[in-house]
Amino acid sequence: MDWKGRDVISVRDFSKEDIEFVLNVAERLETELNEKGALEYARGKILATLFFEPSTRTRLSFESAMHRLGGSVIGFSSAASTSVKKGESLADTIKTVEQYSDVIVIRHSMEGAARLAAEVAEIPVINAGDGSNQHPTQTLLDLYTIKRAFGRIDGLTIGLLGDLKYGRTVHSLAEALAFYDVELYLISPELLRMPKHIIEELRERGVKVQETTDLEGTIPELDVLYVTRIQRERFPDEQEYLKVKGSYQVNCAVLKRAKESLRIMHPLPRVDEIHPEVDKTEHALYFRQVFSGVPVRMALLGLTLGVL
Amino acid sequence: MAELKVTAIREGTVIDHIPAGKGLKVIEILRLNRPNGGVLLLASNVHSGKLGRKDIVKIEGKFLSEEEVNKIALIAPTATVNIVRDYKVAEKFKVEIPDEITGILRCANPNCVSNHEHTVSKFYVVSREPLKVRCHYCERTMEGEEILGNL
Ligand SMILES: [Zn+2]
Repeated sequence: MDWKGRDVISVRDFSKEDIEFVLNVAERLETELNEKGALEYARGKILATLFFEPSTRTRLSFESAMHRLGGSVIGFSSAASTSVKKGESLADTIKTVEQYSDVIVIRHSMEGAARLAAEVAEIPVINAGDGSNQHPTQTLLDLYTIKRAFGRIDGLTIGLLGDLKYGRTVHSLAEALAFYDVELYLISPELLRMPKHIIEELRERGVKVQETTDLEGTIPELDVLYVTRIQRERFPDEQEYLKVKGSYQVNCAVLKRAKESLRIMHPLPRVDEIHPEVDKTEHALYFRQVFSGVPVRMALLGLTLGVL
Repeated sequence: MAELKVTAIREGTVIDHIPAGKGLKVIEILRLNRPNGGVLLLASNVHSGKLGRKDIVKIEGKFLSEEEVNKIALIAPTATVNIVRDYKVAEKFKVEIPDEITGILRCANPNCVSNHEHTVSKFYVVSREPLKVRCHYCERTMEGEEILGNL
């Protein structure tokens, strides 16, 4: 697969080989970064970060990745400051920005916006979240984190906890994990169960999937516990939110039943799903997970730019 | 074929084997429900060996574009199209749902970029029976009434 000029829009566009390739390149870059401190692969290249909707963490992660590759960054962090406010079409914004840059990272509130941007742009486009649809770099960094922590993904038992109904991250992660030989526990309140079509797809692809509401009973089985926040803004109905808010809290008491090797992940930010006392334990992997975003995004930027 | 003769047309199209009740929808989708000079006939709930009951639509003086045939396939996947010249069936074929549906279906997701920006809509057929399609842009799937309502 030639990565130069390729767009990164959806996990659906990836094969297992693609995923493995990106993870391997990311690992290589992380090692190099540790040895040399800074890299030069993207010297002279410019990344444009087009955040039509604010997401500071994701933007900083991409910017950090580009700087660590030796490149530079331009962009905006909300649509309010651009011509979009004057009614400019997304296509025109993209065609303009590509005159200034070598690769585009886009975050947009509309589903499909990144796909459209990629069709319009001659240069590679990377999706940093389009509405409730895709956030492929998050999925890749999640997989990378697991692989770095365990040395493998195959053979692990992974629990996905929290809002499995509206949670975009867990949907993509589950779909990507279906490439591997894993066992999945889907732990959520009844109201927030994983959509049926995703569970069916996972089963069709040979993943052992179990649905449960019981965290304490399940935790001894797990190698990885992936916790998500129950997000108020995703709920069409406030009453529904109030029924499930605070359903689970991962704290040291719950963790007494866990394997010593259990690792806890979370896409962050968290509210109260993981008690801060867990941070100091060996179980906490979520800050390491944030760090993983950098080498993974370095790999994607470098590959699509054709400099790696 | 006796019943066809009664209302035979000299030149045009006969859409046969439409599932009973879907004939009106076919007429609506082809925008035939307005005066266009030619004869338009709808036979509804006709006995059919294959389907039990079926609808037939005959349109005088009109031949269908590929896009129109694809639209019919989405509503009436069992339909056959007969092209009539000089009172005879000159050509006959079954409609077929293409792998990609371009330009004829709107996305049901109000937050899909295709409903806000200038794009040609595009869907991938995920399953034919029941018909299920996935939007190229927002990746949501549509089926059943949602598809019919957005043609
Ligand atoms: Zn759509």
